[in-house]
Amino acid sequence: MNLRTIEKSTWVYLAIAFLLFVVPFLVTGRSIQFLIIQIFVFGIFAMSYDLLLGYTGIISFGHVMFFGVGAYSTAVLFDRFEPTIFTFGLAILVSAIIAGVVSFIVGILTLRLKSHFYAMLTLALAGLFLVGAEKWRKVTGGSDGFTFGLPDMLRDSFTLYMLSALSLVLLFFGLRRMTKSPFGKVLVAIRENESRTESLGYQVLHYKVIVSVVSGVVASYSGVLYILSLRFVDTSVFATDLTIDVLLMTIIGGVGTLIGPIIGASLIEFAHHWLSDLSDVHWLFERWIILYGTIFILIVVFFPKGIVGTLADRYIRWRARRTE
Amino acid sequence: MLETKDLTIQFGGHTAVDHVTVDIAEKQLTSIIGPNGAGKTTFFNLLSGQLSPTEGEIYFRGENITSMSTTKRSRLGIGRSFQITNVFPNLTVLENVRLAVQSKRNVRYQMMAHFLHYKKFQEEAYALLEKVLLDKKADTIAANLAHGEKRKLEIAMLLALDSEILLLDEPTAGMALEEVPAIIEVIEHIKARKEQTIVLIEHKMDMIMDLSDEVLVLFHGELLAQGTPEDIIANDIVQSAYLGGMYNERLS
Repeated sequence: MNLRTIEKSTWVYLAIAFLLFVVPFLVTGRSIQFLIIQIFVFGIFAMSYDLLLGYTGIISFGHVMFFGVGAYSTAVLFDRFEPTIFTFGLAILVSAIIAGVVSFIVGILTLRLKSHFYAMLTLALAGLFLVGAEKWRKVTGGSDGFTFGLPDMLRDSFTLYMLSALSLVLLFFGLRRMTKSPFGKVLVAIRENESRTESLGYQVLHYKVIVSVVSGVVASYSGVLYILSLRFVDTSVFATDLTIDVLLMTIIGGVGTLIGPIIGASLIEFAHHWLSDLSDVHWLFERWIILYGTIFILIVVFFPKGIVGTLADRYIRWRARRTE
Repeated sequence: MLETKDLTIQFGGHTAVDHVTVDIAEKQLTSIIGPNGAGKTTFFNLLSGQLSPTEGEIYFRGENITSMSTTKRSRLGIGRSFQITNVFPNLTVLENVRLAVQSKRNVRYQMMAHFLHYKKFQEEAYALLEKVLLDKKADTIAANLAHGEKRKLEIAMLLALDSEILLLDEPTAGMALEEVPAIIEVIEHIKARKEQTIVLIEHKMDMIMDLSDEVLVLFHGELLAQGTPEDIIANDIVQSAYLGGMYNERLS
């Protein structure tokens, strides 16, 4: 491979990725490592969501169903079988297959619909999964949930950190390549002008279904990692709150980029953590969701492009001024 | 080459296109004229597949395409431009055209390779921009183009598809007067190459008369007349129905 053809930004991202692998040697606190793992998990989840929202312009309110599918398939498999690495591999495979099939069927059935109809339908479908998880007590344990054992290797917070970091980095570069491929360029075209894309000779529905399958499978993988870090599963993995969370992460970080959702995920997870800690200082911080809502409104009003989008705009303007 | 048989579409009780039977000749420039509301754009939408007819059939090279989707027709070789400017607003001019080239070259589902791997597409897109005199704006975001430039961009995208038939819906609509000659030049250019069939909807009479090989006159959804520009000017029914004696002076 010719090194000169690699974009400059790739080196920057590689450097950041490298730093991520150094962090656990410096930060050894279990709770802080857990927090960072959560960031990685939700970073992956938010990236998969941004494939739909930011790249293709599909608004889904039911993305959590894939997350939940990943979480439950892993938990159930570890519950039923010996907790070995093999089971873990099986869990990833099974959750990817289920999520792939579900997103394919849902996509075929619903993606013909235009924006808000589609959004409503996905909301309803995610609700269906939630009810299903509550009622199918034999497998899911209902709303009480259940704990399960993990292979020794995955109990270790350091290993889990490395696994999540590696997953995030690989998925980031993988998806980044996909969004820069001819296929990815068509996705952006669909977001920009669907009917025009069609009259250029692209089958828009095919693209939407393919991207929702990719996005669903990636989301299910983030569900797998999430549940590994908790070692406990209940119906909250299907809760609409999670979809809303991931929507906020994507919007705050910057839609239409992959690094944006990761930054959004870190901000929200950190804010969640710190603001709850501040509850000793003032009761208001206990209701951190109030602050969270306020910040969100401010961001949507003043930085509609999110953090990354706003910074990118500044940078472009700055460069334009310099070349003048 | 492109034929319609009794093509009819009704919206509720209103018949927008009424039993139109025409045969558009290959490698010619055919213009469609008619007053506002005559059904010109609706007729176009039927040809390109945005609308499906209530009655009648459309044939392309003898093949019945009446129930084909827009996408399929576009791949068969029927490309159209829109009366309302219809580009990808937040992408660069080059990227707009590159997407069209990519479609033409059948690179549709490639997810692994970087898009710059297909350097040819980029070059081809650039060449097309030169052709429509827009190469200096290649890196501009399409939304920031002047209206006339957007129309040029549209034509470049249409050319990229290398369609056998170009359906141009009022290419000079809403354009500043000084921008019009550039567009006409582009159309003349395409016509001179004699590689494509062009169908044009237009309001500017003088432009049609100079460019067209054949003129169709639509009136209240019906095909009122068909013939060479000279025939049309000489046609009394057309005179009274549409031109309103506009060309009497020239004739006398």
